Amino acid sequence: MTDPPRESFRLSMLIYDTRYRSLTIQVVALFAFMLLVAWIISNTVQNLASLGKEVEFGFFSEPASYDINQRLLDYTSRDTHLRASFVGLLNTLVVAVLGCITATIVGVLVGVARLSRNWLIARIMTVYVEMFRNVPVLLWIVFAMAILIESLPSPRAFRGENATQSLILNDSVAITNRGVYVPEALFSRSLGDVRLFGESSLRFDVSLDLIAIIAVLAASIFAFRRIRNWAERVQNETGNRPTTWYFQVAVLVVPIFVLLAALGFHLGKPELKGFNFAGGTHLRNSLIALWIALSLYTAAFIAEIVRGGILAISKGQTEAAGSLGLRPNRIMSLVILPQALRVIIPPLISNYLNLTKNSSLAIAVGYLDITGTLGGITLNQTGRELECLLLLMLIYLCISLTISVFMNIYNKRVALVER
Amino acid sequence: MQKSVFYGALAAAVVFGGAAGAATLDDVKARGNLNCGVSTGLVGFASPDASGNWEGFDVAVCRAVAAAVLGDPQAVEFIPTTGKTRFTALASGEVDMLARNTTWTFSRDTDLKLDFIGVNYYDGQGFMVPKALGVTSAKDLDGATVCIQTGTTTELNLADFFRVNNISYEPVPIETNAEAQQQYLAEACDVYTTDASGLAATRASFESPGDHVILPEIISKEPLGPVVRHGDNEWGDIVRWTLNALISAEELGITSANVGELSSGPTNNPEINRLLGTEGTLGDMIGLDSEWAQRAIMAEGNYGEIFETNIGENTPVGLARGLNAQYTEGGLIYSPPFR
Repeated sequence: MTDPPRESFRLSMLIYDTRYRSLTIQVVALFAFMLLVAWIISNTVQNLASLGKEVEFGFFSEPASYDINQRLLDYTSRDTHLRASFVGLLNTLVVAVLGCITATIVGVLVGVARLSRNWLIARIMTVYVEMFRNVPVLLWIVFAMAILIESLPSPRAFRGENATQSLILNDSVAITNRGVYVPEALFSRSLGDVRLFGESSLRFDVSLDLIAIIAVLAASIFAFRRIRNWAERVQNETGNRPTTWYFQVAVLVVPIFVLLAALGFHLGKPELKGFNFAGGTHLRNSLIALWIALSLYTAAFIAEIVRGGILAISKGQTEAAGSLGLRPNRIMSLVILPQALRVIIPPLISNYLNLTKNSSLAIAVGYLDITGTLGGITLNQTGRELECLLLLMLIYLCISLTISVFMNIYNKRVALVER
Repeated sequence: MQKSVFYGALAAAVVFGGAAGAATLDDVKARGNLNCGVSTGLVGFASPDASGNWEGFDVAVCRAVAAAVLGDPQAVEFIPTTGKTRFTALASGEVDMLARNTTWTFSRDTDLKLDFIGVNYYDGQGFMVPKALGVTSAKDLDGATVCIQTGTTTELNLADFFRVNNISYEPVPIETNAEAQQQYLAEACDVYTTDASGLAATRASFESPGDHVILPEIISKEPLGPVVRHGDNEWGDIVRWTLNALISAEELGITSANVGELSSGPTNNPEINRLLGTEGTLGDMIGLDSEWAQRAIMAEGNYGEIFETNIGENTPVGLARGLNAQYTEGGLIYSPPFR
């Protein structure tokens, strides 16, 4: 017996041998792609150099010199561009988080209601979804802003002897065309703040009052669950469930009230003072318009996803649950929605990402988010287009990837466990 | 829309930045029209009339340059730019020049790689408030809501003014003059601040201008002038001397009415002759023919005529010459000699 002829590798096999050909093509394509990228980068750098604009980020430590109206952190026009960008970033996150929460709630309600057997409700929801899905979100944002500005009274209408407007809800909420003023939480025996990152541009004040409240609430919820688990254990062992509701309510309510009393909690109501209302929390028109428009727009997409998810669950599930004696509401919340979530969550993630990215339209209504500060005024005042925009892209990329990671973790938790 | 233009311009700036650096004059001649960046609409300075023709004080400068270079004051494509997009539009080559109430500052002239070729309007930042508020001084504005065009020097002056005077305010950033007007009239802001000339122009377009006052404080120096890209000195010279020609024409008494007569033959004033090309070769020196200044003056008249027809005291804008009178009349408008 002889050995089969040993095949030796020849260069021509890279092209003529199907085993290697695809590999060859991929390597060549990769090289071409890298060359293209390298050319674009070198071209950009060269052109910027010939314009006399080298890429550098030193401007970040210069004073920003402009004011930002909505700031969650202390900021003055003497702070640096980095600080201004940071304030803008928080504004982006605020509207993104508020928008995602509202869009989810509205979206789920509308999605379920669109499947309602009530003809009127289902049709109204259809009209809502089609209207919001098919008009660009920028128009909704501008439209919401125009309505707020034109239809609401100015603070002047609240002034004087014969004021035409008055505060609502026991004189505590003022709705004006400059925004809504709501009471703010004040603590007369406040624990103060902790400052993170010293005096740098990224300094961050954390309210100890808030931490205390969150800690107490967390402890209350933990205790609440322990009681429920205990009640369940007793029920499993003896068949009788002990009455615990008053105990549970007390655990939830009493500690937080004690804490609030200890901190001297009271509400600071808005008051007309000078040109504007002073005191209270000022929810600016720009935030409200952006928030409403982004939420309603994204909610229309989420509604369709929810509807699709519910329709994906076979009718047999509903019938089976019905035959076990569950009422329609419970069928939805206990049987259908938990299964539908598996279909809903992946497209939901992309809608959260869309909402976050769409929030960059904020400048249309003068909301100073990261695009308005870093990508707007800072860019314009320093003339550093490339640096600002690259950084802006990087920041949005980071935000989006972070949202994706968290939503993917959640998706794994609700996914069907396959064996 | 503005956003896409902006990013498009930016991309263009990045890719073609080097190519746009030179020979704007050749580009303009080859194209057959001048791309002129103007504001998005400011009555008296640059705004389209009912039939869509742009007119105004800044527009007239564009037309004069087009007349000097191309021989046709109508050969201008007006490109509206906002406070934010204007420099990118210029840097990318989307426009050949800016005539858009732009303040000459150190960093814009140097760091942003622009060249300010002169001043066509000496301005300062002011405040406009409704009369009903009863405010008489900007220092009474503690706690007021102020509408401010974003991406402008006024935004920075405003922050400085309130900080220095130790009073607080609530800024409402907006993109264009039209949006500012809408918010101001709806009383979503108490005060509108921009260049005093812009305030006068904006007020002129209100239904009842008398209900609004411009406060006496002028809180900054805002020398406004046309801008070109840094690096193309030949083009810069043409725009600079076209503006100077308009200014000199007023000083020398050359108007759109008598320019034809004065340029038909040499007069006994040699400077008029040099300016109008009946003597000497000034046109050749900037790469144009000898009648360039004649055409520039014929387009919309001399500096004084342009001022009076667009923003002067007999127009709705109603601005006095003030600092913008000729130096011989006690103003700051002054052209170097044509020699």
